[in-house]
Amino acid sequence: MSEGLLNVPFSERAGAALGDRFLQEALTIATTKFIDLRKDSFAGFPEGDALRDQARSIKEATLQKLDVYLGQLADNVERLGGRVHWATTGEEARETILQLCRDRGVRMAVKSKSMATEEIELNEALEKAGVTPVETDLGEYIIQLAHEKPSHIIAPAIHKTKGQVADLISEVAGRRLAADPEVLTAAARVQLREKFLQAEMGITGANFAVAETGTVVLVTNEGNGRMVTSLPRIHVAVMGIEKVIPSMTDLVVFLAILARSATGQKLSSYTTLVRGPRQPGELEGPEEFHLILMDNGRSRQIAGTLREALYCLRCGACLNVCPVYRQIGGHAYGHTYPGPIGILLTAMLRGDESVKELAHASSLCGACKDVCPVRIDIPRMLIELRERLDRQKIAPWAERFAFGTLRRVLLSPAAFRLSSALGRVLQRPFLNNGRLTGLPLVLSRWTRTRDLPPVASRTFRERWKDLQ
Amino acid sequence: MITCLGDLFFPEVGVAMVKLLRRLGVTVEFPEGQTCCGMPLFNSGYHPDAAAVAARTVDLFAGSEHVVVPSGSCAWMVKAEYPGLLAHDAGRRAAALALAARTRELSQFLVEVLGVETVASSFKGRVTYHDSCHLLRGLGESRCPRALLQGVKGVELVELPGADECCGFGGSFSVRLPEVSTAILGKKLDNVERTGADCLVACDAGCLMQMGGGLSRRRSRVRALHLAQVLAGEEKA
Repeated sequence: MSEGLLNVPFSERAGAALGDRFLQEALTIATTKFIDLRKDSFAGFPEGDALRDQARSIKEATLQKLDVYLGQLADNVERLGGRVHWATTGEEARETILQLCRDRGVRMAVKSKSMATEEIELNEALEKAGVTPVETDLGEYIIQLAHEKPSHIIAPAIHKTKGQVADLISEVAGRRLAADPEVLTAAARVQLREKFLQAEMGITGANFAVAETGTVVLVTNEGNGRMVTSLPRIHVAVMGIEKVIPSMTDLVVFLAILARSATGQKLSSYTTLVRGPRQPGELEGPEEFHLILMDNGRSRQIAGTLREALYCLRCGACLNVCPVYRQIGGHAYGHTYPGPIGILLTAMLRGDESVKELAHASSLCGACKDVCPVRIDIPRMLIELRERLDRQKIAPWAERFAFGTLRRVLLSPAAFRLSSALGRVLQRPFLNNGRLTGLPLVLSRWTRTRDLPPVASRTFRERWKDLQ
Repeated sequence: MITCLGDLFFPEVGVAMVKLLRRLGVTVEFPEGQTCCGMPLFNSGYHPDAAAVAARTVDLFAGSEHVVVPSGSCAWMVKAEYPGLLAHDAGRRAAALALAARTRELSQFLVEVLGVETVASSFKGRVTYHDSCHLLRGLGESRCPRALLQGVKGVELVELPGADECCGFGGSFSVRLPEVSTAILGKKLDNVERTGADCLVACDAGCLMQMGGGLSRRRSRVRALHLAQVLAGEEKA
């Protein structure tokens, strides 16, 4: 999303999403489908709960010794003939890739789906440098054609309807295609096939990187990841440093729960394991392999309150169940990572100031925590984030004043009684058939769409005397 | 424990709970100094303020054998958050842990402490039940309220599609983002009306304020009631 849109308050971005009929339809259909698929998948998988606990423990333990595992990963990748690049910031990661493109005369780069490259807005940087990036995941391809950003971590074009997709792919095809997923996918395959053959560079993210073997693991469903990592001469993988895991045994644990959480599959259609560039005697694979280990604000959080957000596998399950995401979709959040986990990741990557509104874009219903494959306590961390915003006085003055007043009332039974008496007097003009409507000021935010019960003529504590 | 919303807006729920408990042979006390569990302050991040409210609540209830709360979210606040909030004060922390162990949400108290699943009560009508988030996902409770409802003579309990989905209340969320909150509520109420129920039951004052406010605004014939009101048998559908 462009910076311009971020100048609009979050509530207005959300309001626009609520009024978008196409978006509403697309969101309801897609999130409901994902929820059901996930539920069914875990229902027939009694080991799931124990594996989730185990996965969480692995993440916890790995972060304790992150430097050790990253060192081991880097050594193994280099031993296999790959190059490792350490990037402290997103800008460094981007610059590393641009430098590679310049040095090797790259004109076109094919990409498989990667949130890490979205995070550093790599496509824009490549275009500016004269390199054409081509997204090859179908969803990413669609939104690239539409000049948009992903609105979901695993289903980037979740906000698009079939008809809208048909328009986009037809335009490239130069003829009118039916709004039929099979027809459109076949057309996109043809369009992408020549790009795979033309591109000098393939760019991917990494779902995991195994320290003990130097293996980069990609979990995909369309086979495009395999083409991106094997056809072009150069393969560049960009990963956040938290994606490293110690061993192949650990990988098995994660693979067992990742696809189930994301799409309800036992395993994704393709699990691609990449170990360095093409080895002597091998028929396939790139001549060069580069691994970019990107920090970009992550290591700061290892000992911080948002630590658990670093366990995230990017499965998107928390988005699908989030009542707020289900209403407004991903774009309204305004940053690379949407949904409840996205709020935490945004705070991590862009600082607390950037989430002063978003930190409250949750009813704290806990559905996200319930489905998270590594049981990240998202609601708890959102509360911690709010606490930080209040403490740093980033929260608006009026809000802090209101809660200060609330504190004084709640600490004094006399003040509490007084405020109920006051409420009874003040509410009189707004009483309408025993309900409050049309309240002024901040309460109008309630009564515009809902009635409010009036303060009772006798509160419980007043009626208690009769009950004795 | 009758917390803020229950005291101010739904006194009849507290009254129903008192009558119900007395009928079951429980001696009921109401420490009058109580105000609120502090969750509004806590959830918005005002933790020192929430801790001050928690401290006085812990002191007020020091003498109670059991603490019964007709609201899953307040029960969750006391049980899950008080000990952490008062961690800086060893004495109070111990008292908070003891209070957490003695505190139960109403339906859990009836079933797990009193061992009652069927209360002598009657109610005529088709009833559907909404799982409040803190009761369901915080306290892990979905069975007790349903079992109790099923035990009431004359109740026809119909399952609510998406019963476990949030109603959109979320405390200050409902006024910070009223449009989103209302959109979530809209889905919930569509589901409620589709069940053909006469009455929507929940175990949390916040959800009842949200869903009741939405139902009355759309002039629905469905009434929102607290579990205690149905169990006390004083309400008609």
